[in-house]
Amino acid sequence: MEAIAVWGYVQRNYFLTKRYFMWEVVWLVYITANALAITYIGAGASEFGSGIDTARLMTFLLVGALVWSYLSVLFDVLSETVSWERWEGTIEYTFMSPASRVTHLLGMGLYAVIYGVLQISVMLGAVSLFFELDLSRANYAGALLVLGVASVSLVGFGIMAAVLPLLSPEKGQQVSYIVSSLLLLVSGVYYDVGVLPGWMQFIARFSPVTYALEGIRAALLDGAGLAELRGSVGVLLAMGALFVPLGLLVFHLGERYAKRTGKLKRSG
Amino acid sequence: MRGVRKRFRRRRGEVVCALEDVSLEIRRGEVVGILGPNGSGKSTLVRVISTLVLPDSGSVEVFGVDALRHPKRVQRSMNRVSVEASFFKKLSAMENLLYGAKLYGVSDREARPRIEEIMGHIGFDYKRAAEPMEHLSRGMQQKVALARALLTSPMLMLLDEPTTGLDPRSRRDVQAFIRRIREAHDSSILLCTHDMGEAEELCDRVGIMVGGRIIALEEPRRLKERYASGGRLPDLEEVFMAATGYTVEEASAEEGER
Repeated sequence: MEAIAVWGYVQRNYFLTKRYFMWEVVWLVYITANALAITYIGAGASEFGSGIDTARLMTFLLVGALVWSYLSVLFDVLSETVSWERWEGTIEYTFMSPASRVTHLLGMGLYAVIYGVLQISVMLGAVSLFFELDLSRANYAGALLVLGVASVSLVGFGIMAAVLPLLSPEKGQQVSYIVSSLLLLVSGVYYDVGVLPGWMQFIARFSPVTYALEGIRAALLDGAGLAELRGSVGVLLAMGALFVPLGLLVFHLGERYAKRTGKLKRSG
Repeated sequence: MRGVRKRFRRRRGEVVCALEDVSLEIRRGEVVGILGPNGSGKSTLVRVISTLVLPDSGSVEVFGVDALRHPKRVQRSMNRVSVEASFFKKLSAMENLLYGAKLYGVSDREARPRIEEIMGHIGFDYKRAAEPMEHLSRGMQQKVALARALLTSPMLMLLDEPTTGLDPRSRRDVQAFIRRIREAHDSSILLCTHDMGEAEELCDRVGIMVGGRIIALEEPRRLKERYASGGRLPDLEEVFMAATGYTVEEASAEEGER
């Protein structure tokens, strides 16, 4: 029964994506143009002085843009689980169904991964028409491994953020957008974390995106092997092992709170 | 349910008593109607039974299973139709129904023929099942909501004002469908409504709810006898007015749903 329900969530989201297809195209064009613009910053960096390896900088920026677009999709889809259903008015039907919350969030996570992979593939195809990147030393398998492990911890992180609209129908979703923007700021998406002030570097240690980017860049730019990626993968595995059960626990407590206070139905 | 009490704290610290010591038993195959003005606690009653609101005290059992301790087991045996047709508006009726069925473990292969059969019974043009919900009239949306509930073969149906706001034709269709469910299935039904005729015609017992309390719960005839005066048997509307102090119009118009 739970497998059918997981497929139910994935299929429902597919139907919705299909129905909003033009908006999906608009969004894809926007984020691809954004990734191109950011990568061109690297191309233009040589004008500010010599000694800059622009090819490496461009690859560094492009990897950041692509990985962030994928991981932010995971976070956004999961964190909007509640607010989306509340907006549609279906939240009570979903929450009174016998499908478990783990199934619900797993279904949302699975859809997010499929959607994110398709999105990043289209973006990669588009940007490859514009740039000739030097990825001759790249360890693609290593990069995919890091991305896969990072997906799990981001799903857990997203589940924790999904509880916010349950706690506060009025302000919960807004707070999750702030969390998303903080992840972007501190995780070294477009620069090395080392350039940030000390307190931001401290926060960066708790972001799975930091370790995902570290590992993927090392694999793609420097051809780092499994032994060198062990650090990033290890931290991401630990974060996944912590964030997923913690996210489910936090969500369970948030759901009970919403049912006790009557906030499940209330919209913002 | 026995001795169920539920209070909500509103933003300014004001406490609203939604259910006050409510006890209610619905027997297998029985249709129980609850009449009450808006804000009387009918919707909270439905939400407590459907595990969407946790009571402050009291117990809720559905076919012998403790709904507070084993909500998942209870959820399998019931479904609900509420006053708002709660659907993904951009998705078609079919897509919404397939999604709803899957949450109860019903696969597409099982669901499709049943959807066609149920839609035939409720007079829903099957060809329109592929249209987005937002293109359908309110009456048609409510029929889809009934189909969604029936698709999961519930033993307990919670109908929270399913005909409110419908045009007379759709209202008759929906009522006929409820009658058919009652006759064809062994489901127990809790029907919250403002429509006295609907309650009298469809329900084995009718309860009147005011201020979070069920102040009367009897067979329609007995209820009328209870409020009879001057040797004349009142109709249900008069019973309602005598019991609650509201006219039917006031009961439907009053703000502050609980």
